[in-house]
Amino acid sequence: MRRRYLALHVDSAESFGSSELMNAVWNAVMKLYGEYGASQTGLRFISYDPQERFGIVRVGHRNVDMVRASLASITNIEGRPATVHVLRVSGTIKALRKKTGL
Amino acid sequence: MKRIYTDLHLCANLNNLEQASRLIDKAAQLGYSAVAIPMPKNVDVHTQNLRTICKDLAVDFVTRVDLRPRNPDELLRDLRKCRRRFEIIAVLCDSKPVARQAAKDRRVDLLDFPQIDFRRRFFDLAEAELASQSLACLEIDAGRLLTLEGADRIRLLSSLRREVATAADFHVPIIVSSGVSDPLLVRKPMELAALSTLFGPTGKLALDAVSANPSSIITRNREKLGSKFVAPGIRLVREGKDC
Repeated sequence: MRRRYLALHVDSAESFGSSELMNAVWNAVMKLYGEYGASQTGLRFISYDPQERFGIVRVGHRNVDMVRASLASITNIEGRPATVHVLRVSGTIKALRKKTGL
Repeated sequence: MKRIYTDLHLCANLNNLEQASRLIDKAAQLGYSAVAIPMPKNVDVHTQNLRTICKDLAVDFVTRVDLRPRNPDELLRDLRKCRRRFEIIAVLCDSKPVARQAAKDRRVDLLDFPQIDFRRRFFDLAEAELASQSLACLEIDAGRLLTLEGADRIRLLSSLRREVATAADFHVPIIVSSGVSDPLLVRKPMELAALSTLFGPTGKLALDAVSANPSSIITRNREKLGSKFVAPGIRLVREGKDC
């Protein structure tokens, strides 16, 4: 299965840990698509830097829009207002880091 | 060709220019080249301030008015007053007669329906057929999809899916806008396109709903509001004694 790597940026006045972000993303995917849909996305956390608020997730190439819609539906993380934006999408982590400059 | 993304519905508080500025700034950061902010139909004082803010942020400002008439006669009166003053005219259709009149009137750009009151979403086959013969587009605010949860969101998605399928059958263009006042709820154009896959359009159609469709309305209306416009297809090219 081909994969896509998504660079994420958390937009919020608060700071969050990687487990809080991970829970928020999984909850958003399951709210919109259910457990069956979530299982199809191939979603996996690669990294998250709380200082830079920059994270990387991996998804199946056919499910980028599903994950993008789920990320867009996040309005809070652990009850605190926050938004998750997708900065770039790439086929490899190396290219993603190069494109985003991180 | 690079797409130009437009958000036709940013709900800025016109009495709080700082908040409006933050909202427009966020839209600009997220990649929108043009934004429309609903203005009151009788007051023009905010237009210049918003235009200045948008100019500073290098965003194209589009004037918009949201009409909420109680009956078709009131709609016609409002259209006569507003059409030459605003680039975008949206009609919030609260009743079926208003919805039908708005759909068949060529001066109406956007058809809006109550987001939560599902019984008053009148975009059915007859409405779509009328809209297909005029220039009206169906506007969908993605903001509600973000704020609603559970059963309400499920009902909204179901209703939107039905309306979008009807619109597609009659080739009525769809516009997906933010419809939010909080900068944290503004989403990137690609994210709006991804959200719109939840109720129908995918790929190119979803991207057109945030780029080509709104841009074509703005271009068409600016041409009509220009001093050289005479009638559709007829423009004043030159004037003077030698013509």
